[in-house]
Amino acid sequence: MAVGAMTMLQIRIHGRGGQGVVTAAEMLSIAAFEQGAHAQAFPSFGSERTGAPVVSFCRIDTRPIRSREPISAPDALIIQDAHLLHQVDVFQGLSPQGYVLINSGRTIAELGVAEVAARLPQGRVITLPASEIALRHLNRPLPNAVLLGGFAALTGIITLEAVVHAIHDKFKGRVAEANAAAATEAYVMLKVPA
Amino acid sequence: MISQMEGSAAVAQSVALCRPDVICAYPISPQTHIVEGLGALVKGGTLAPCEFLNVESEFAAMSVAIGASAAGARTYTATASQGLLFMVEAIYNASGLGLPIVMTVANRAIGAPINIWNDHSDSMSQRDCGWLQLFAESNQEAVDLHIQAFRLAEELSMPVMVCMDGFILTHAYERLDIPSQEQVDAYLPPYDPRQVLDPAEPVSIGAMVGPEAFMEVRYLAHAKQTMALDLIPQIAAEFEAGFGRKAGGLVRGYRTEDATTIVVALGSVVGTLEETVDAMREGGAKIGVLSIRSYRPFPLAAVRAAMKDCERVVVLEKSFSVGMGGVVAADVRLALSGIQVHGYTVVAGLGGRPITQTSLTRMLGDAMADRLAPLTFLDLNHDIVNRQLAREAGMRRSGPIAENLLRDIGGKVEATP
Repeated sequence: MAVGAMTMLQIRIHGRGGQGVVTAAEMLSIAAFEQGAHAQAFPSFGSERTGAPVVSFCRIDTRPIRSREPISAPDALIIQDAHLLHQVDVFQGLSPQGYVLINSGRTIAELGVAEVAARLPQGRVITLPASEIALRHLNRPLPNAVLLGGFAALTGIITLEAVVHAIHDKFKGRVAEANAAAATEAYVMLKVPA
Repeated sequence: MISQMEGSAAVAQSVALCRPDVICAYPISPQTHIVEGLGALVKGGTLAPCEFLNVESEFAAMSVAIGASAAGARTYTATASQGLLFMVEAIYNASGLGLPIVMTVANRAIGAPINIWNDHSDSMSQRDCGWLQLFAESNQEAVDLHIQAFRLAEELSMPVMVCMDGFILTHAYERLDIPSQEQVDAYLPPYDPRQVLDPAEPVSIGAMVGPEAFMEVRYLAHAKQTMALDLIPQIAAEFEAGFGRKAGGLVRGYRTEDATTIVVALGSVVGTLEETVDAMREGGAKIGVLSIRSYRPFPLAAVRAAMKDCERVVVLEKSFSVGMGGVVAADVRLALSGIQVHGYTVVAGLGGRPITQTSLTRMLGDAMADRLAPLTFLDLNHDIVNRQLAREAGMRRSGPIAENLLRDIGGKVEATP
């Protein structure tokens, strides 16, 4: 599912205000740009408040992106807070070939999304304890960069190197280093050996 | 340099490359990131010399801009929505005095009900204020238009608003090419004011003018905007020569040459319309898009030339004149006087309502079959409208409309922030 192999890829990120949902989409777009793709990231334009459900979007394509509408039929979803699974219709419009990455240490069955997973190809719904990994590296449960490392491993849309570059573009110094280390750990955890 | 960045940050860099002497800043969403970015560039020493003034209101922002511009400074500010309305008295003074201030309007709805999302109500409310109004389709065009805006403003000695869709553009990350200082310096000469408050050569600016000359002063403002109809394409052509890409101009047609139906629009929705038109073309529909990039002055002749062979025109606008209908549509109709075409007005995207390809395709299909209502509100929820009308017919104390509608759709009623 690498860029160039197909038409536009659309990624939707769900989380809560304060979790870096908007920053995640921005970093994803920077990573895609780093790989030579065209990318567009934008937030759901709410008056974001800490804890409120927030959505952000990222489109990746080989040609300039003209459409400005919110993403209603995503190819991939990143769920930064698993509690949203049963509060918001996060799966709305998901492609039958789509990917779902959920921030949780629990299994798909425990999260009650086995039915969704069954509708998609094998291995397309994955959980990753991103907040725990972040806590170890950053001393703060900020899962956004960690999830991007996992997203690179799960989808192959972006490389780990591009994610690390994007992290260093957005953050500086120790914060950048810790986020990059956390994203790398997530990548290694989810990467299926070729 | 090409990089992936936020629209607001890119506009801040673009404005900084224009070497403004004075920036007046007052925060309001969705404009705030632009002046924040400029503030950082001034504080960090990248933009110097420049006086960055934190003022106490938008009224002060424009008042300070007037003073600075009259003193010979290249002056910039940015605002949106209620902020633009709060500075209105000073806005008219800036244009009436002929001061070449450049201002970004990060387009946003006007309350009540309070709404921070995008539409064009704010800048459209100021279409008659004497400022030139340029609309950006993309963040790259917003970057490029600001550079052109200073040229245009200073050659005419008239203020220019650069309008860019709030959030949709200001908060979007995309691939952007920021020009070099050398390129901008070659294109934009140092500000040489037509009038300046100078203690060494004292003049007064802002005389009271009675019936004997007021009309002539106002007429000259119109004459300058008419001259801008020639200057805007010229400045855009010079920009293309210097920077290697197209931006600005009066109008831009997309697949309009053989189109029987042309959609007219302003701003970032043009991109979504182009995608929609491409898909409809694959199904055989002869349809195109005309983007109006200069709204004031309004390019009557260019719009007329683009429309002369089509059968129907759909004006899609994010603005609305209550009790009348379209704002842009009325201007387009004037451009078409004497030409027999079906005309439709579609009000869309008010208060941030997403404008989707699905809805556009359905609406444009209806227009091409000539079964669209002359005035259509795209994706209007007739159900909650009718419930409110029934409520008002059924009881005297029907209560506040906004709260009623939110309850009807099961939404939360929140206190005004």
